[in-house]
Amino acid sequence: MDQIRHKVAIVGAAETDDLGQLPHMSRLALHAQAAKNALDDAGMSLADVDGLLCAGAIPNEVAEYLGIQPRYIDGTSVGGCSFMIHVRHAVAAIMAGYCDVALITHGESGRSGVDAPRGGSASSPGGQYEAPFAIGGAPTTFSIPVLRHFHEYGTTKEHLAHIAAATRAWANLNPMAMMGSHRRAPERGGGPITPQDVLNSRMICYPFNLLDCCVVADGGGALVLVSEERAKDFAKDPVYVLGAGEAAAHWMVSQMRDHTTADGYRIAGEAAYKSAGLGPQDIDHCMFYDAFTFTPLMAAEDLGFVPKGEGGPFFAETKTGPDGEVIYKSGPGGDFPMNTNGGGLSYCHTGMYGMFAIVESVRQLRGECGDRQVPDVNVSMAHGPGGMFASAGTIILSNA
Amino acid sequence: MADYAGRLPVATPESQPYWDGLKEHKLMLPTCDDCGPHFYPRPFCPMPKCFNWDIKWTQASGKGKVHTFVISHQPIPPYNTEDNAPPYVIAVIELEEGPRMMSNLIIDDPYSTTVDMDVEIVFDDVTDEVTLPKFKPA
Repeated sequence: MDQIRHKVAIVGAAETDDLGQLPHMSRLALHAQAAKNALDDAGMSLADVDGLLCAGAIPNEVAEYLGIQPRYIDGTSVGGCSFMIHVRHAVAAIMAGYCDVALITHGESGRSGVDAPRGGSASSPGGQYEAPFAIGGAPTTFSIPVLRHFHEYGTTKEHLAHIAAATRAWANLNPMAMMGSHRRAPERGGGPITPQDVLNSRMICYPFNLLDCCVVADGGGALVLVSEERAKDFAKDPVYVLGAGEAAAHWMVSQMRDHTTADGYRIAGEAAYKSAGLGPQDIDHCMFYDAFTFTPLMAAEDLGFVPKGEGGPFFAETKTGPDGEVIYKSGPGGDFPMNTNGGGLSYCHTGMYGMFAIVESVRQLRGECGDRQVPDVNVSMAHGPGGMFASAGTIILSNA
Repeated sequence: MADYAGRLPVATPESQPYWDGLKEHKLMLPTCDDCGPHFYPRPFCPMPKCFNWDIKWTQASGKGKVHTFVISHQPIPPYNTEDNAPPYVIAVIELEEGPRMMSNLIIDDPYSTTVDMDVEIVFDDVTDEVTLPKFKPA
């Protein structure tokens, strides 16, 4: 068993005050507001922070903006899973004594574009070998592996549509979720959806219709981590890091070794299980990054929850609830509770969504989730890709 | 052609022979004597156990298969005009020689594209300086 198990805990976790369309806030202001909320959640002050980890910003930018001079920094910025990787790095840094209080921040003006630099160099590999073929961001690249998976395993768009419907059902129980009933009227596309609604929605990039795609939002989130010994002194129960893994598998999606399996997911997942001394059967709750409906399906397969190729039928399984309602496999009442905040699909997706997945794992483990609280969650996994299945980060968290 | 609206690559010293080859309507692949050709161009063999820096350029046949694809309905330049409107196919082509590369499939009905269909290269001279390697059904 790896030596990191149960040595470091998350003691603060929060989003920005609001998520969605926030044209009055810049990228760095979102980092800062998230930091304030996570520190408030922990009952700590900025003066306590001596380690800073962030993505989508140079650590110095955020440190200067906040007015701190951390003695440990990590600017790993490899897409949406950067924050799972930051948790892993923070565990190591705290264990090594490089810092005592690690603050991880995310802020991204993904919708309004307030200080949101876009586009790479035309001389980079992506600029030379992918961009000239009218690649238009994530919908045209995250979709690339999907039809190969369909071809090899018989996965269908109907299968994927069930993931969107299940995730929306969670969003309807979360007052913060952008597409949930609390925040968005049915005539504007909010509230419950069926798999058929997904298939009927506008085509974006086959095989993805609009409702296979995540929302596009402004927002941020932050985490505070300390050592296990120190974690016992906080008002809220600590959430311990049991295991963690990371990987870099490729960069351009055309160069993915096998389009039906994410090597990074498997490498990161295996490391996380090994360090935690656990397997898929021990996980009560999953937060699987869902930029698109297909993304968590790949996670369920590559992290061992379902055999390779069987993710489609697995997620499309439904049962009927006591009032005749459809209960989706990964939705409320289903036996595979996943993306319980409403996911990137229906809650919020800034561009690097991974932070929000971790915040929800923490809240489920603390029992703070109200209507959407999953019963008996003791072990939660937060997992994501960076880029188009290019990198990966996996963390396993527990409240005991 | 000067008003081409799509994104254009800018070669590096290492990739210049690749783009020069395309301009002459040749698909040139950097090739290691031991491990064969690779994509995309690097001045060494990207097999970790080899990492050989003695690379030769060899000409590919231009034949391959659609490994996987998507049909974009987004009006992304150059597919943003009445004459050249979406949907269009973005495909990963597996070359006969083994390597895979991103490209566009030029096909009348994008929805008739299938995984593993046979394709062959089309050299698209999008500007006086740049030729893009695209594919059509074989």
